[in-house]
Amino acid sequence: MSKLSKIFTGNIVVSLVAILFGLIVGAIIMLIGGYDPILAYQSLFEQVFGNKYDFGETLREISPLVLTGLAVAFAFRAGLFNIGGEGQFIIGMTAATFIGIKVTGLPAYIHAPLALIVGAVCGGIWAGIAGYLKAARGVNEVITTIMLNWTALYLGNYIVTNFLMKSGMDKSFDIQDSASISIQSLSSFFNDARIHWGMFLSILAAIFFYYFLWKSKQGFELRAVGHNHNAAEYAGMNVGRNVVKAMFISGAFAGLAGAIQILGVFHYQTIMSGTPGTGFDGIAVALIGMNHPFGILLGGSLFGILTYGSAGMSFGADVPPELIRIVIGSIIFFIAAQGIVRWVLKPFYSKRKKEKVL
Amino acid sequence: MRKTLKLSMVMMLSLSVLLAGCGKKDDNAGSTTGAGSDKKVEIGMVTDVGGVNDKSFNQSAWEGLQALEKDGKIKPSYLQSTKADEYITNLNKYVKGKYALTWGIGMSLGDAIKTVAKQNPDSKLAIIDAVVDEPNVKSVTFAENEGSFLVGVVAGKMTKTNKIGFVGGTKIPVIEKFAAGFKAGVLAVNPQAKVYIEYTGAFDKPDLGKTSAATFYNDGADIVFQAAGGTGTGVFNEATERVKKGEKVWVIGVDKDQSIEYPDVTLTSMVKRVDEAVKRVSQEVVDGTFKGGAEELTLKDNGVGIPDTSSKNVPADVLKLVEDYKAKIVSGEIKVPVTEEK
Repeated sequence: MSKLSKIFTGNIVVSLVAILFGLIVGAIIMLIGGYDPILAYQSLFEQVFGNKYDFGETLREISPLVLTGLAVAFAFRAGLFNIGGEGQFIIGMTAATFIGIKVTGLPAYIHAPLALIVGAVCGGIWAGIAGYLKAARGVNEVITTIMLNWTALYLGNYIVTNFLMKSGMDKSFDIQDSASISIQSLSSFFNDARIHWGMFLSILAAIFFYYFLWKSKQGFELRAVGHNHNAAEYAGMNVGRNVVKAMFISGAFAGLAGAIQILGVFHYQTIMSGTPGTGFDGIAVALIGMNHPFGILLGGSLFGILTYGSAGMSFGADVPPELIRIVIGSIIFFIAAQGIVRWVLKPFYSKRKKEKVL
Repeated sequence: MRKTLKLSMVMMLSLSVLLAGCGKKDDNAGSTTGAGSDKKVEIGMVTDVGGVNDKSFNQSAWEGLQALEKDGKIKPSYLQSTKADEYITNLNKYVKGKYALTWGIGMSLGDAIKTVAKQNPDSKLAIIDAVVDEPNVKSVTFAENEGSFLVGVVAGKMTKTNKIGFVGGTKIPVIEKFAAGFKAGVLAVNPQAKVYIEYTGAFDKPDLGKTSAATFYNDGADIVFQAAGGTGTGVFNEATERVKKGEKVWVIGVDKDQSIEYPDVTLTSMVKRVDEAVKRVSQEVVDGTFKGGAEELTLKDNGVGIPDTSSKNVPADVLKLVEDYKAKIVSGEIKVPVTEEK
């Protein structure tokens, strides 16, 4: 427990202050633009916590962000930068849609998990391609994952258009009811907000992340490779295999995020003209969460609250929703540029150190 | 260190309580002023991911609402969707806010409208470009194939090279309607002409539009019809560059009269009167005559057509021919196909 809190408290103050600074920067920009920042932030929180429906929808917004955040962080812990969360997300979506539509006659307790697992595995394989190229050929994973994003987008569109398309529409058929992971009873409790099992899965995924990386031998190897792959190799670890494994698990998180969006929220897949953006947002979530699974739960919640609340901001205070992206951007800036935050906090820190000495 | 954690927890809690308190107060104040100010009808509009400034149907729809606002009858407001999962929540914002009418703009909102309409049978909703079969939803679609036929006639008559290009966004039924009508129009007046059809797969990628247009122009086409939203701006950019270099190429615009923005290269435009449709249905809500159901606006209703500014670049005899064909389509003598004939 003490170790856990150390990981946390080491950064949590910095994160909180960075968030505060981000909100202040947003407020300043709103003032310059002639908007009322207090009303805007009020509307934002009202949108999120104002009633059961919006709160449920906020939870819905948060869960895929947590998963893509975990995806980025997992690769990062193994020294890899997975920018391909976007592509793995789409592959996960497409795989889940495919299983959800084409596989029939299964009971729900097999069909839905099957679709989720296939979505996650396909996302993992997609990221594994980049991992393999890195391990076998030394190709930089940043480049391959980014390129695979576009491949995934068009592959997904191709599969939907040619195998799953509802004629006369720009989207697939609906998935079978047995593949749906929506929770009807909870949805009606939240006034028809789209509540689904994926929310619990994202929390489970964070717990799995923690136990795998810090409590298992394989996780130790992954982290060792991440810290110094030369040293890891010298110690007798197979670096290449660990790279592929890290990318696979990372991609599986992103693929799972895509799968829950299909099985829990949309129940069909549309022809996409651009990537959905959840994978890229995952990079920001991982940064806010300091690449720690429980930090990512909080980071994803913050990101989700701000994103979902931005509609309330434009509704209640006429502030364009783009402004919330500026706030998120500045939060990330202050987290990345921790020096600024630490400098502001310095007086507090030095005082506490003295206390400890006493 | 543990103290810090505790302290920050306490701070966060107190902050959230404070903010929640503020939120409640504001809610009450907002609703009283809203009801008390005057009896304007509140109408909400949810855009698709194109946003309200898409120079296409979202913008056109918003202009329709603004026109009504100027008359002092309604109080419009809009929400822009940045992602597909926001459609339902944005619509609900208005529906649960008891707005008199909620618009969904674009066919991609079809399912969201259906879901929301089912869950809120007392609300009134309307949608552009899709048909939603619910008693409380008004669906407005357009006969894009008929309007495209007319600009096809213009292109077929005006082409010097007998090669004409079509740049579509994603290959979806609405866009295929454009392509089918256009091709039929060209071939009706110029059977020798060849129409090359390409779908870029995106409505928001000007670079792709530019590439497609360049390919067409390089292959000898002199007129390109774009039905690709934001991707279409790339088509205009390519044409503008070529006209500056002295080439004689044209673009046919879509949705709005695009000659206003690109006067040098716009031959004519296939105009969809989304603004008129939005205005009329909204007016029905004001008058209390709103009824659910589907309606297709055709040439006959002036729902589609070419703008008056076309006379600038299109000679009078061609416009005359367009009028003839229009009459034939309206009378039913010509049936314009909705999908491309193989």
